[in-house]
Amino acid sequence: MADKTITVEVLRYRPEQDPAPEFQRYQVPFSDDMSVLQALLYIKDELDETLSFRWSCRMAICGSCGMMINGDPKLSCKTFLRDIHPATVRVEALNHFPIERDLVVVMDDFIDKLERIQPYIIPAEPRSLDQGAYLQTPAQLDKYEQFSSCINCLLCYAACPQYGLNPTFIGPGALALLHRYNADSRDGASAQRMELVAAEEGVFNCTAVGYCSEVCPKHVDPANAVNQNKTTAAADYFARFLKPKGSGK
Amino acid sequence: MNKRRPYVRPMTGWWRKNPFFIEYMIHEGTALFVAAYALVLLAGLVCLAQGEAAWNGWLGALRHPLAILFHLVTLAMLSYHSWTWFKIMPKTMPPVVLGGRRLPAAAITGGGLAAVALASIAALGLVWGMTR
Repeated sequence: MADKTITVEVLRYRPEQDPAPEFQRYQVPFSDDMSVLQALLYIKDELDETLSFRWSCRMAICGSCGMMINGDPKLSCKTFLRDIHPATVRVEALNHFPIERDLVVVMDDFIDKLERIQPYIIPAEPRSLDQGAYLQTPAQLDKYEQFSSCINCLLCYAACPQYGLNPTFIGPGALALLHRYNADSRDGASAQRMELVAAEEGVFNCTAVGYCSEVCPKHVDPANAVNQNKTTAAADYFARFLKPKGSGK
Repeated sequence: MNKRRPYVRPMTGWWRKNPFFIEYMIHEGTALFVAAYALVLLAGLVCLAQGEAAWNGWLGALRHPLAILFHLVTLAMLSYHSWTWFKIMPKTMPPVVLGGRRLPAAAITGGGLAAVALASIAALGLVWGMTR
């Protein structure tokens, strides 16, 4: 099975004993069908049971195994050792997040932001059961479908220097999901979400670096969602001057 | 005792650590040349308003070898700025739907670059025609 060996360097951090993270090297035998995640599993099973990392589905659906691999944010289940060999695999916890332990990051900040964008359909006029299902045309579906592919893997956050420099920024992933609901013809809460879009921590923190969209494993294109909302926020701001006084929102 | 001690990594030198960020910083840096060239044109406009002598002085200054070198460098910087600007453009706009199909990103970038090329050729032709 395993006919070759690859060097895997893992950024270790055990808060009870390490003052700061440090790299540790392992030699991992591998075959061509093995992913970086499988290398980590080999290390945990055979070499060092103290290594901590998150994983679940092994097929790029759950979004748990995001980490920095040779400097780029990637899903470790979707990155293959054969593409890196004979170079060394250098694995670190996702950038821009505090490290809890080894490759596990603290993601409370993202969960909080996810709640704040109201990531669910808020209908303009709620329908009763006897009115039947909400209908949608393929063209209406096309407006938000790509943004609904997000698996919350946080690679885009690890790719966003603006989030790294200013963690109050809502960030690419949550803003892409916000846009997913705003762009849904069944949703009527764009005005409610506008306060967050146009806020200090909203879309204008983005300087169009665009790396978030490059690293997204699900082709969500968060940069596009964020930048579309810059236009929407600006239009919303200027539109208020055109409305007659006292007409309300 | 709480054993949690989340470690926050510093951001120092972040843009040197990834080729994508280096390209981004160069792109942002070339914007300074766009601004510098706008100032040169603005100076020309001010000279034009001041009269013939000032205008001829400005024209003379542009013929200095250093001014020509500045123009060549600025042309290179502006070309790079346009290229990277139009490369990111498809990410910054809502989808363009033509005949029920989404316009691909490459078509938007290509369209932008073609517009730059056409505008540059038109401007060059205009100036060429006026100065001959």
